Amino acid sequence: MTAHNNTSDMSSWADEIGLDRRPASLVSDAISIHVRVNGRSRTLAIDPRTSLLDLLRERLALTGAKKGCDHGQCGACTIHLDGRRVVSCLTLAVQVDGREVTTIEGITPSDGRLHPMQESFIDHDALQCGYCTPGQIMAAIACVCEGHAVSAESIREYMSGNICRCGAYVSIVAAIEDAAPKMTKV
Amino acid sequence: MQPFTYIRAKTAAEAVGAVATRASSTRFLAGGTTLYDLMKLNVERPDSVVDITGLKELDSIDVDGAELVFGALARMSDVAAHPQVVTEYPAISESLWRAASQQLRNMATVGGNLLQRTRCAYFRGGEPFPCNKREPGSGCAAQQGIDRSHALLGGSDACIATYPGDLAIALVVFDARIDLLGLQGQRTIAVEELHREPGATPEVETTLLPGELIMRIRVPKTAMGRASSYHKIRDRESYAFALASAAVALDMDGDTVHAARIAIGGLATRPWRARAAEQVLAGKALTPQAARAAGQAALQGANPGRDNGFRIELGARTVADALMLAKQRA
Repeated sequence: MTAHNNTSDMSSWADEIGLDRRPASLVSDAISIHVRVNGRSRTLAIDPRTSLLDLLRERLALTGAKKGCDHGQCGACTIHLDGRRVVSCLTLAVQVDGREVTTIEGITPSDGRLHPMQESFIDHDALQCGYCTPGQIMAAIACVCEGHAVSAESIREYMSGNICRCGAYVSIVAAIEDAAPKMTKV
Repeated sequence: MQPFTYIRAKTAAEAVGAVATRASSTRFLAGGTTLYDLMKLNVERPDSVVDITGLKELDSIDVDGAELVFGALARMSDVAAHPQVVTEYPAISESLWRAASQQLRNMATVGGNLLQRTRCAYFRGGEPFPCNKREPGSGCAAQQGIDRSHALLGGSDACIATYPGDLAIALVVFDARIDLLGLQGQRTIAVEELHREPGATPEVETTLLPGELIMRIRVPKTAMGRASSYHKIRDRESYAFALASAAVALDMDGDTVHAARIAIGGLATRPWRARAAEQVLAGKALTPQAARAAGQAALQGANPGRDNGFRIELGARTVADALMLAKQRA
């Protein structure tokens, strides 16, 4: 694990904006992890205090997952870890070594279309400010895959970990109900 | 957040050795949903954390023997959705899926959940408010403060922080036990013996010895499992801590209660088995009136503060409703 490898693995966009993605230089015991993010292998040296959310946003320039509360209370940072939804703010990055991370940036098909859940959120106007939306969509996809999108009541229960301060809940539930049957065809 | 040394344990014995022999602030790390949260708040300031999530022998769920056996690292969501737990021990399943969010339940382990620390805002917030759990001897801001969510049972002058967990409430109803591994070897204790009342030392929350690791949870199989419920009342319908909760299990002979087991959550400083309430029902017909009487018995000795007195009646009614729900399943 060298700094050189680290740098070459970065997106050019991150380089353009001069994002600081150096291994935390103030900490003596940086730890090397290997992780697949949206299908791409990454090897990174990290400070053990780093959250997966900060790793995604600050080091990999994947800013779709949002930092709302940073304490697991709002769901804005929801991502999929080995196919299961988790809050990335309470996931220590060192614990994703060897695992597979999918973020909102990784759910769109390669032909450029949107994921059926994204389409459905647009169709149902299931957002206002949009800050919670990436987390809502990642949670919603998981909600369908888990088999919990079977009724409006069940969707409300299993989407309760995602807070929307604009209060778009009615449209969010409608979007998920609408997208669920379409997702099984993907 | 204070820097810490990160250690990955390859065996349970190695993990126990690392935590028992390093600085007293060394912590086991499993799902991290409590520990990492509290590290961000500087409540927990471990010198080292020992990651036990690689111990694959501790993440199994085995329901084939005379007991349900949940490895300490089994995820809350997996135990909640296990088909036999859902149908034969609904109180255990409900105590899990009515806790936290699906994201957190996919991360949090059942062993870690038992050790979840209080949500007392003075404990979490710290300065300028004193907290005897954070700084022993500093005082308890909740005694003269906003105590709406604080404990009515089991408190002391030093601490009235509520035990926040749900699973432990269901487990004490079923007389569940936990296997522990420490430097001195293995031992097994009742879940009911795990948590301490605060007394004069609220910073000591459990009876675990230094470095002792919860290995698995064992629930003796019982026909009372099917006639069980976990009823939880919150400020909102989902994703909140209990204002009051009750786990109950019934052994019914027609309409008559042969035996009842009752525990309450969200109301006490530790999981609270309500044996006086159980006695109220023994041999009686389970009517709404009898259920209310049992609920009132469960809250006997409740000591209200400034803002939390409403939860005495709420708690009694929660127990009564839990009993009537369980009766429908008998």
